[in-house]
Amino acid sequence: MSLELIDITKRVGAETYIHPTSLVLPEGSFNVLLGTTLSGKTTLMQLMAGIQSPSSGTIRFRGQDVTRFPVQRRNVSMVYQQFINYPNFTVYDNIASPLKVAGMSAAEIDRRVGAAAELLRLQPMLKRRPSELSGGQQQRTAIARAIVKDSDLILMDEPLANLDYKLREELRDELPKLFAGRNAIVVYATTEPSEALLFGGNTATLHEGRVTQFGPTSATYRAPRDLTTAQVFSDPPINIADVEKHGNKLKVFGDESWPAGRAAENLPDGRYIFGIRPHYVTPLPVKAKTGEIEGRVLVTELSGSESVIHLSVAGKTWVSQSHGIHPFEVGSQARLHVEVNRGLFFLPSGELVS
Amino acid sequence: MKKRYLVPIVYIIFLMLPIYWLLNMSFKTTNEILGGFTAFPREFTLDSYRTILTDPTWYMAYVHSLIYVCINTVLSVSVALPAAYAFSRYRFLGDKHLFFWLLSNRMAPPAVFVLPFVQLYSSVGLFDTHLAVALAHTLFNIPLAVWILEGFMSGVPKELDETAYVDGYSFPAFFIKIFLPTISAGIGVAAFFCFMFSWVEMLLAKNLTSVAAKPIVAAMTKTASASGYELGLLAAAGVLTLIPGAIVIYFVRNYIAKGFALGRV
Repeated sequence: MSLELIDITKRVGAETYIHPTSLVLPEGSFNVLLGTTLSGKTTLMQLMAGIQSPSSGTIRFRGQDVTRFPVQRRNVSMVYQQFINYPNFTVYDNIASPLKVAGMSAAEIDRRVGAAAELLRLQPMLKRRPSELSGGQQQRTAIARAIVKDSDLILMDEPLANLDYKLREELRDELPKLFAGRNAIVVYATTEPSEALLFGGNTATLHEGRVTQFGPTSATYRAPRDLTTAQVFSDPPINIADVEKHGNKLKVFGDESWPAGRAAENLPDGRYIFGIRPHYVTPLPVKAKTGEIEGRVLVTELSGSESVIHLSVAGKTWVSQSHGIHPFEVGSQARLHVEVNRGLFFLPSGELVS
Repeated sequence: MKKRYLVPIVYIIFLMLPIYWLLNMSFKTTNEILGGFTAFPREFTLDSYRTILTDPTWYMAYVHSLIYVCINTVLSVSVALPAAYAFSRYRFLGDKHLFFWLLSNRMAPPAVFVLPFVQLYSSVGLFDTHLAVALAHTLFNIPLAVWILEGFMSGVPKELDETAYVDGYSFPAFFIKIFLPTISAGIGVAAFFCFMFSWVEMLLAKNLTSVAAKPIVAAMTKTASASGYELGLLAAAGVLTLIPGAIVIYFVRNYIAKGFALGRV
């Protein structure tokens, strides 16, 4: 009882948009597609919806092969980053449109539109046209239209990206409530790792048209299967260094020597790629086994209670994210602590080993 | 008066002068027009207008013009709508070249086509019909309408189409119920341009008709008639010819600049 993508691909001309991809999205689940722009999120959603058909592979829904079903037969809803509403319809008619097409009775339409409008706080605007609404209200209208029918699949393509910060927070809180108690499969595309973490559910990380990992969000975050996944699922970007393990020492950046730490304890000696998220690199002394890096400060971003410091270390850019205000001067040398125990070790080929 | 008003006032006087002169002539007798320079009609007369509105050979010329202009506008816009949709939504082999080639039709001098059109329409029995002129004018009006509509359609995100399909609309239902109303301003502008260009075109209209579908542009440019020069009459016909344009331009006044930019602003 789920949506299954089996080895689907999408090629347009000589370009491959989606490499062979298999995913199983269970019914009633919340799934995040996480990836940068052009990673294939939108294409993958269009394939799921049936707006585009895959070049090869099969799509099954509840066991039935729906690969060649046009979108009209799929019972899906979609919300886009741009606020897409029918400009010549009122808000009421916009929300009611999928129900009208389905031939529902006027009384039932009225009841459902009323309920959806209430959930999204749109009742006072029902008689207006989308162009008379604020951006946030326009997107609420689009979301109301997506939830008003009992879709099997609700696709949201970066629905909050064009909203300002406050509205985004507000809607982000409301979204999971809208889907609670529904049997629909929700797919939510975003470029922001923090959004994926907030929503929980499952996360599929996408990179250049490939799903690099799919699983429960927190597990994917804590144990990315490979370097690419770790890079996609880290903001600010994860710090990377080539290391060489000798016994209980790590040789890094040529001349630095770090304790190998817990993570690398059981690894055989050899070359690895060491990755560590920015909040484990800090100017504050750390008790646990730490390494140190020294480099030239490129940028210092200070927000209320947090400092983000970009450092140039042996030609690589490292980012540190830490509590407190650490006003390093741009251009000066800085020495930062690295919680080696928290690091991830990848083989040179990219696979996670520890 | 402030100096900065001087330039626009002079400019407007220059613009309005020919129109004023036409209006001035239309209220004069032909004798007065030929008699010498008079800035105002000395013997004010409405005879010219009376003749045009009562003589069928005159007023029917307006009717003929209106008929073929309307046929042409409907034809051009309805053919251009699906074409413009295809150009705006799909990529296909040679689409850009075809699109440009369309516009190059707009630049072709109608004089070139007079001979083949007259011969062709005569041989299929269309000569001196409204349809003949309406069809001939699609030569330059369809390309124009395609360009204008394509511009307006490309301003509509393709996600709107997808949303409609997701909601369950079939393509025809989406196109008629949602897409056309969305680009109604564009349709209005395209129709206006088709109307105007068909209304003002003379060469093809004149040559493809003789009596049964004789348009006003042909009637009012024949300088001599059985009763000699009738300049007052011709001037009155000219004034009346300006009116439909003035009426339709009123409806699209807010979109006219976008139309001249082929919908791409």
